[in-house]
Order: sequence, then C-alpha cells, then structure tokens
Amino acid sequence: MAETDQILTANRLRDGEVVYWAAGRWVTELDQAEVFAEDAAAESALKAADAAVRARQVVNPYLFEVRREGGALKPVKEREIIRAAGPTVRPDLGKQSSEAFDVSL
Amino acid sequence: MGVSHMTGEKQAPNASEGISLRLIRDGAFVEDQYVTLGDDDPQPANGTIVSLARFEKERDALVARNAPLGVRLKSDESPERLGEDLERLSVIVLEFPKFRDGRAFSWARMLRTRLGFKGEIRATGHFLYDQLAHMRRVGFDAFEVRENFTLDEFARAMGEMTYVYQPSADGRRTIRELRALART
Amino acid sequence: MYRYDEFDARVVADRVKQFRYQVERRLAGELTEDEFKPLRLMNGLYLQLHAYMLRIAVPYGTLAPKQLRMLAHIARKYDKGYGHFTTRQNIQFNWIKLVDVPDALADLATVEMHAIQTSGNCIRNVTADHFAGAARDELEDPRILAEIVRQWSTLHPEFSFLPRKFKIAVSGSEHDRAAVKFHDMGVEIIRNDEGRVGYRVYAGGGMGRTPYIGHVVGDFVEKQDILAFLEAVMRVYNQSGRRDNLFKARIKILVNALGPEEMRRQVMREFKEIKASGALEVPAEELARIAQYFAPPAFEVLSDNAPDYEAARAASPAFHAWTETNVTPHRAPGYAIATISLKPIGGVPGDATHEQIDALADLLDEFGMAELRVSHEQNLVLPHVRKKDLPAIFAKLDALGLATPNAGLVTDIIACPGLDYCDLANARSIPIAQKISERFADLDRQHDIGELKIKISGCINACGHHHAGHIGVLGVDKKGVEYYQLQLGGSGAEDASIGDILGPAFGKDEIVDAVEGVIGVYLERREKNERFLDTVRRVGIEPFKERAYAGWAFHI
Repeated sequence: MAETDQILTANRLRDGEVVYWAAGRWVTELDQAEVFAEDAAAESALKAADAAVRARQVVNPYLFEVRREGGALKPVKEREIIRAAGPTVRPDLGKQSSEAFDVSL
Repeated sequence: MGVSHMTGEKQAPNASEGISLRLIRDGAFVEDQYVTLGDDDPQPANGTIVSLARFEKERDALVARNAPLGVRLKSDESPERLGEDLERLSVIVLEFPKFRDGRAFSWARMLRTRLGFKGEIRATGHFLYDQLAHMRRVGFDAFEVRENFTLDEFARAMGEMTYVYQPSADGRRTIRELRALART
Repeated sequence: MYRYDEFDARVVADRVKQFRYQVERRLAGELTEDEFKPLRLMNGLYLQLHAYMLRIAVPYGTLAPKQLRMLAHIARKYDKGYGHFTTRQNIQFNWIKLVDVPDALADLATVEMHAIQTSGNCIRNVTADHFAGAARDELEDPRILAEIVRQWSTLHPEFSFLPRKFKIAVSGSEHDRAAVKFHDMGVEIIRNDEGRVGYRVYAGGGMGRTPYIGHVVGDFVEKQDILAFLEAVMRVYNQSGRRDNLFKARIKILVNALGPEEMRRQVMREFKEIKASGALEVPAEELARIAQYFAPPAFEVLSDNAPDYEAARAASPAFHAWTETNVTPHRAPGYAIATISLKPIGGVPGDATHEQIDALADLLDEFGMAELRVSHEQNLVLPHVRKKDLPAIFAKLDALGLATPNAGLVTDIIACPGLDYCDLANARSIPIAQKISERFADLDRQHDIGELKIKISGCINACGHHHAGHIGVLGVDKKGVEYYQLQLGGSGAEDASIGDILGPAFGKDEIVDAVEGVIGVYLERREKNERFLDTVRRVGIEPFKERAYAGWAFHI
C-alpha cells in the first residue's frame, strides 16, 4: 500500500478556477476530490480527463500526491496546499474564504 | 484553426506522409508547380524542390537541368548558404518545425532584403493562422496549408491589422508615413 | 505624456478584436491550449496558481488620472478589487477570467491602454527611469526614446516568435534608475566628446538562472540610427539565439557564447545594411515630434526655498520622516519628486486597492498633476510636485495608507508574487518580505541602517530581481519544502553587480534571522558613510557568511 495517495487536478478553461476530479466530474473543493490509492486507477482517470480537455472544460490535468494526516487529506507539496486554499497572505481571497472550505488544510 | 496541418490535433509536418495540403499563393489556391523530392528520390522531368543537404551534394547536376529548381531550408539553415546559386532558384521553401520557432521570419526577410530574392518564398510546417499576416509582411508569398483552410480565413488573417508601425519586406506604408501624409 | 492618434488607437482596437477572435477559437476547440498559449501570452494573459492573471502594459511606467480610474474599474469589475505593480512598471490583476479578457481589453482601449506583448517570446514593455523629466542629473527624458522603441516593437512581424522574451530599458541620467545593464538590451543616453547626444547600447544583460551584466555593443549610436541598430541586434538574436533549450535561449547566452566582439561584428554587419537602406532612419522631425509629448509641464517660477514646507517639516515628525526618504530634489526650483511607498509595514509589496488607485487619480486632479509613475521597485512616484503642496499631499497619502516613510530603506522590499500566486514559483516570497518588514519596523533603526535594497524572488526566474539586491533572497524547493538562499552585494544601478551566494539555503523560519544577522555585521563594520552595499564590497562576504550561519551545527 502506498504511503501517499493521488488526486487529479486541472484548471477550468473559462475562468482558471482550480478543480479536482471526482468520479467523472470536476469539483472545486479538495475534500470532495476522488482519492486514488492505486497508480493504475490514477493513470486511468488522467487519461479520461483528456476528454474534458478536448471538450474545452479544463486545461493541464495532472496528478499530485496527498497523505492522510490525522484523518484529513493533506497535499504533500506546499504548492498544492496553497492551490487548494488561496494565497496565504490574503485569507480573504480564494477558496479559503468560502463557507465550504475545509479548514484543516 | 492551426493552418498548416494543425487541425487542433498534432500531425506530422512531412508532406511525404500523405497528408493533404493545398498551396495558397498571392492569396489564391494554386497547383504546386513543383515536386518535393526526398533525399533519395529520383528526379522527374519538371520542377523540383530538394533539401539543402541534397542541393549541396548534387548541386552541379541539379543546376544543369533545364527545369525550375527550389531548395527547402530547415529552420537552422540560413539562406546565405546558397550563395550565388540563389539566382538559379525560383522557389525557397522555409520550414517551421514548430510554430514557436520564428527563425524563418528572419530568413524570409533576409531573402527579400539582403539577398534580393524575387522568387517564391513558401512556408511549410507548423504555423498558425495568427502568424500569416506577419509572414506575408516579411516576404512569404506562398503557404502550404491544410486542405480545409479557406481563402476567406486567409483574407481575414491578412486584414486583421489595419496599420503597421514598422517597415518590412512588403513595402507596406508605415504609420509614420501615413502620419506624414495626413499632415500635408 | 504620449497621446494616441487615430493610428495608435486603431492598432489597439484591432488587437482587441484579434484577441477576441482567438478566445472564441479557443473556446470552440479550433485552437489547442498549446497553440493558444503563446497567443494569450502575447496579450499578457497567464494561467497562474489560482486563476488567470492579466498583465497590463504601463509604457515606461507613466499613468494619467483617467488611466488610473480605469485600472480601479478593472479591479472592481473583473477582479477582486486590487492590483499589483510589478518590477517592470506594469500592473497585474490576479483573478481574471479568460472569458472576460476581451471585454476588459476593450475597456482599457478607451483610455489608451492594452496588454500587448507584456508576456510571450517577443519584445516586452520598454521601461525607463521613473524620475524621467524630473531628475536633476537627467541628460534627456528617456521616455522619448522609449516611446519610439515602443512603436517600432509593437507587433513587429519579424520578431514576434523569438527564442525567448526580450526586455529593453532606457536611462537618461548618470545615475541608472532603470537597471539597463540587467536587460536584454539597455540604452544609456550619453553625450559624446563632440557634445552630441546619442545612445550607448548594451546587450546580453539578464537575471534568471544565469545572471549576466550586459556588454556594450554600440558605443555611441546616433539618434537617427537607433532603430536600425536595435533591429540589427534583434535580427542577430532571432537568427542565432538557441531554440533547443528554454533555459539557454535568452540573448545573454548568445552574447556569452559568441563573445562580445563577435556579437558586435554581427550586429554591425546587419546595422550597416539596414542603415544603408534608410528604412528605419528616425528623422530629426520625428524625434522632435515625439519629444513634444514629453515636454515638462509649465513649471511655475518658484524659489527652491519654501518656508511653508520647511515649517511643516519642523512641526510634524511624521512629515519630516517622510521627506527624509520619500522626497527627492527636482530639477525645477520649488519642486520635488515624491515617492509613494506601496510597502506598508507587514503589507504585501506593490499591491494597491481600487480605492487607493481611484484616490490617487483624484489626488492628481486636485493638485493639477498630469501623471504619476510606476517604479520598477514596486512603488509609485509623483514626478512634479510643488514643495508647498507636499504637506497637504502627505496628509492625503497618509489617510490612504500610502505614506510609509521608507523609500530605499530596509522595509522597502521588492518581492515577486511567489508561490502564493505564481504557477512557476518554488517558494513564497511575500510572507518573507512581510516578516522582514515587521522585524525592522522601527523607523529609527531603519534610518540607522540607511539605504538597503532587499529583493526577493520565489524562483529562479528572478522576477524579484534578487541578483541585483544588496541583499537578495531566492526561494527554492527542497522536496516540497520552502528554503531560501541568501546572496549579498548585488546592484541594479550604474555600478551593476550580481550578488554572491552566501552558502546553503535557510529554512523559512531561519531566513529572517539570517538577514538580521548580516545587517548586524554591517552595522558593526561599516566605516563613515558606507551603505550596506559598500561595506559588503569592501570587506567581502566572509564575515557576513560567518554570522548568517553562526549556530549551524556544521562548519560552513
């Protein structure tokens, strides 16, 4: 079993919003994303995301690593933590400013 | 759409792989007067285009033939390598291996301005609709485009910029010249 | 400042229409992202960490009140109410939607603004001294040449698909406030032995992965020849710049590979041909015509002795402090140059809210000022202020949070957006700037330290110009964790130098202490009127290195 799992992400074409893959649809909150424990499933989702690229829904889909920390999902890389939340210097902007936001990030 | 053989999906630029292309010259579709030869293809009787490598190897034989001759240059091959033989050539084909490789803009300009080339300068390879107007300005007068590219799109590309600031090989009047005229 | 005529306006309008069509084709799938990306970059549109970012051109950093009001409007209508002023005198909006960009560009076009060539592998915004037209040591207003270059470089058919980006800067004074030696091409306006004014041209300067200081490729280029000369340099670069490796594609690599002599030879060969053709000659009438746009305002005849101003200084410590750093002598008696700091203690460097931007437009109108400037140090400048108006202006700025008295001091930090915003970044830069700012907030301490330019970049692309910082900080990524490299002794002025790296990178909780440590060494070792930079140059980095790493477990 891998230490880290993976999540598939992209940016929405029309407005640049960060989105995450959740069983064939794109969601805006990290805690709603589908988590891949197995590489094969992750790669398969990445391929399926090509259709969303061709359909002009998203751009640049890619996988990134997350690990479980105290029951919550946390991206391994600082970049993805910030991408999931918003600029650390403006807590009033980005996803972190919405009610739906998972503050454990 | 991408103009050459880019239809939004990547396709190989090499014409010998059987992709349908058409030739626009001076704003109209024309038949290609030439056959582009691979480096090992035998020579037919009529007009041919060869790579620079083949030209440099078989130069004497090629120029001795009484048929129109052209050379196809890769993006890292300067037209200066043709030297005085340029006078014997009626077409130069400049390759765009990727639309981001903008060296051919300078090669075309060099052909027209420094080298005084009056023959056809033809674009082939990966280039975009959005580059056509610039290409025309620096001296391209023929474009190898994908089959379903229309003359309307070509005309639209040519007309997108009403005015230009800087002089180029096309001799088009610059804004500075227009301003001077407006003042008289 | 320059005013569009029908031709300039049409160029911008056509470009908006062109871009609108490009967006339509992208959304319809007729362009892939790979094809669209260079096209949108040529219109200043990036896809960043959280959203698209639009970089709007501010030619040579000059803005009129109506333009400021439009920027405030853009911030409100299309973005989240604020903008960021950059190290190339432009402004960026961080939350733009692709589908809104054509409309935003159309709005900008109504006030003679655009986002043409603020990114992409083309000639970028031409920057110039932010004190242009006002500085005492100025030989000629660099914006005249900058405007001529701007027009020549706009949608240049031959140079829109260069190996990499190309940045040009112009300085018109002995003291270089435009960092020309760190640009792909830099121009210094000089007077030759015969008393004629012309241009010294540098090429091959740059920051980034491999910083270089530019080499002189044109010792003295006559005014009428300058475009022919610049075109020659561009042509050599477009033909011979590397296309195989993105990190080796700038002109600085070419100049270094060819050597300055061979570079000059190739440029001269091209230049002679272009000059002989006459096509790019800039006639004297054209120079004069453009120069008229930059004629200084009709200065009142005033005494440089302004008793009300001096009285206000004596009466208010806050005003006095501000004049010590943020007011610079002006060439016209009775006038001054005022720097508006966008570096409040603990704030985000270079950011301004839409309210502040609108209020600055009002301020310009109220005091009869036609323009303000954006400096490459992420501050704003009021170039022509009557000394007697300074107290009232200070009061207004203070009410807006724009009167921080720290221009050129340790808390006047330059920082790129970094990992908080930027897709390219390895580490955050803004929080480091904020922490340093807070650590050194005490004004007496700041004055004791004196002139100190700290520059922070969040990645090797060096948009924070850290190589030219007296103290430079570079954010790096080690296994997904942020670390910071410290370098000392860089300068972007006429004494251009690249900072020396001190040693291994510091953690984010160590870097501020390290910065404080090296400043401590300066205070202990400085002689007479030495600035931090001077002491570093005199004593070398060893003592600073020792202090920065004191307490590290292993010997450095």
